Amino acid sequence: MESLMTIELAGNILNVTLGGKLDAVRAPELMEELKKMSGQKLEKIIFYTAELEYISSAGLRAIIFAKQKIGLDSEIFFVGAQEAVLDVINMSGLDNFLTILDKV
Amino acid sequence: MIRVDTFATDSFGDYDLRPGKPLPFGATLVPGGVNFSVYSSHAKYCELVLFNKHEFEPFAVIPFPDSYRIGNVFTMVVFDLDFESIEYGFRMDGPFNFQEGHWFNKEKFLMDPYAKACGGRDIWGVEPDWSNPYQFRSRIIMDDFDWEGDKPLEIPMRDLIIYEMHVRGFTKHASAKVKYPGTFAAMREKIPYLKELGINCAELMPIYEFDEFENSRISEASGERLMNYWGYSTVGFFAPKAGYAASGKYSMQVDEVKTLVKELHKSGIEVILDVVFNHTAEGNEKGPYISFRGIDNKTYYMLTPEGYYFNFSGCGNTLNCNNPVVRSMILDCLRYWASEYHIDGFRFDLATILGRNQDGSPMHNPPLLETLAFDPVLGKVKLIAEAWDAGGLYQVGSFPSWGRWAEWNGKYRDNVRKFIKGETGQVAGLVQSIQGSPDLYDSYYRGTCASINFVTCHDGFTLMDLVSYDGKHNEANGEGNSDGSNDNDSWNCGWEGETDDHYVNRLREKQIKNALSILLISHGVPMILSGDEFGNTQYGNNNAYCQDNEISWLDWDQLKKNIEIFNFVKRVVAFRKAHTILKSRDYAIDDRPGESGYPEISWHGTKAWQADFSADSRCIAVMFCGKSLSNTEKDDLIYIAINSHWEAHEFELLGLPAGLSWHVFANTDMPSPEDIFDLGDEKLLAIQSAITVGARSLVILKAK
Repeated sequence: MESLMTIELAGNILNVTLGGKLDAVRAPELMEELKKMSGQKLEKIIFYTAELEYISSAGLRAIIFAKQKIGLDSEIFFVGAQEAVLDVINMSGLDNFLTILDKV
Repeated sequence: MIRVDTFATDSFGDYDLRPGKPLPFGATLVPGGVNFSVYSSHAKYCELVLFNKHEFEPFAVIPFPDSYRIGNVFTMVVFDLDFESIEYGFRMDGPFNFQEGHWFNKEKFLMDPYAKACGGRDIWGVEPDWSNPYQFRSRIIMDDFDWEGDKPLEIPMRDLIIYEMHVRGFTKHASAKVKYPGTFAAMREKIPYLKELGINCAELMPIYEFDEFENSRISEASGERLMNYWGYSTVGFFAPKAGYAASGKYSMQVDEVKTLVKELHKSGIEVILDVVFNHTAEGNEKGPYISFRGIDNKTYYMLTPEGYYFNFSGCGNTLNCNNPVVRSMILDCLRYWASEYHIDGFRFDLATILGRNQDGSPMHNPPLLETLAFDPVLGKVKLIAEAWDAGGLYQVGSFPSWGRWAEWNGKYRDNVRKFIKGETGQVAGLVQSIQGSPDLYDSYYRGTCASINFVTCHDGFTLMDLVSYDGKHNEANGEGNSDGSNDNDSWNCGWEGETDDHYVNRLREKQIKNALSILLISHGVPMILSGDEFGNTQYGNNNAYCQDNEISWLDWDQLKKNIEIFNFVKRVVAFRKAHTILKSRDYAIDDRPGESGYPEISWHGTKAWQADFSADSRCIAVMFCGKSLSNTEKDDLIYIAINSHWEAHEFELLGLPAGLSWHVFANTDMPSPEDIFDLGDEKLLAIQSAITVGARSLVILKAK
């Protein structure tokens, strides 16, 4: 399963594409990349998650990190997430800062 | 800043190691690896066994080097482990000597007693592979969590209205209409309901990891599979039950529980956990090795001089709670839940066991109970004892308390049940109970908040069944109806079980309203059994510990059917919350003598000032008078008359100061909507000198 991750800053919107698994192995890498964005004034952080098949406890924390560290005043979106991923987010309740969308 | 102790110093096979730290116990994430720490007073050798999640066989076995050992603690750091995808456990070696109490066995796989999550029962009811010798594995969790400023609520004890709940049973029935039935997540969906009811404390029946398949069997009577449904049999003291979590299959149960606590707190609802330190799931001599037996049997269990397990719990073994090592474990556990999960209180099952010495004898000053009463981390938690055990030690009224411990007041339950049933000679008992049982709890030294008042709880009938059955009907449990209590003080109101008889059903509704009214106007701390507020039934089963089905799951369709009862109960809850004089006195802050000249509590019969304590009396009235914290200008005066006779009686009312008149808040003899009114909408009584209280009814009056 390929785990792709791309981050692209477009003006004051951060676009992050996630694929494959986001777990304790991949999450630190995401957090490192996100750290580079600290200091930017971001209006939105959009996670494109159509190819994301699995998110673990550590993976969710990378998303929370995005909110806390760089996106305190930003809106955070999860776009096109698969059902298994949405389930994890809903069940654990770690979703109260996320806006879930089918597409942008 | 890079620490100087974050690199490997040794290796074993493919694994890099370094000496670990003894504290904290269990598995802790450290830079680059995992710190493992486990202690045993008598083990000579310990090895770490590692699995990939769900795999049958381990992928590595690493002995704890003796050079890393500190005291009796085996500890090491193992580097480069993917903590999310592995499971672990231990195997220990040491003496095997039955009479000495040592049961070391190098073949047996042992769960880490400090495991923060367990693998092996990830989804409730999924039959495990019984051939697997590694049934319960330990898992490593991330303990960080965004609490968003939450902390334990510290609601004063006297303001508490406790609601006893079973996590699975609360929402498993299809009628609950929730997204993830039977789980912590589903409980969040029901928070608006809990707020409407008005309770402010959810007491959860055991949520520590347990084995629902323990003693599982097919009932000969019903053909159903019986489970260990209630969970009073702990496997993992530091782990929430994965099978109670919707996200258990994703190993996210820790987050799910913390989110539930956070959401309940946001809605002003505390969380109390029912904890079971009196025994473990390892059973007696014939029981399995799960953890303690193989780690340090002699330390953890109360053993007879011949080496057998004492059985004060009735469940095969008894945890050796006043052994200093075990005491520390229990303290670590409670501190963990209080600080990491923001838990507001603990209710201790069969708590007198916690006051027994290592040889089983009762102690005057049990070190464990004293430790818990004074521990700083636990400094503001509620401590509630079920003050009896299965070995005959009954300490209701005398549990060693240091002014901190409260007790489930079984005498309150018995007094109220007998009174509303209409038995003779019950007035004196009810009078004590309504005042907070000062006969049991000295009102100054222990305070009446030591009394947890209840009429029903998970043990025994639901309230609807208390008024629908004379006898228990536990045939479905497959024990020939011999299990469960025979002393129920129940009365079926004229017919055994379900009926279409309008008169019987009306009487049952009334009796439910009577019982919950008395509960909610009594000094002490009230506890309501979840579902009683809408007449939930278990079809006469008063010991549904093994029924994972419609018998024990709450039937939310009853809420529609019995909406009259629900509307009544929620209003009485609101009434209690609005009137300080109905709650226990708090000597630290209360200064509430009234000005009207009436005493704080006075007792009356059908004649004012003349309570009738004779054997044949079934009438009693109480008047509470004083200042409420919310109303310090005028006195609050509340009068409650209770008539358990089958005939109506007229009660003489007391005269009121000028400007006040008696208003009816509730009258259980009236059908809805005249049975109860909203706060502030109490109806003026046309006649102020007396009120007729109907047969088997009560009235609550307020002076306005």
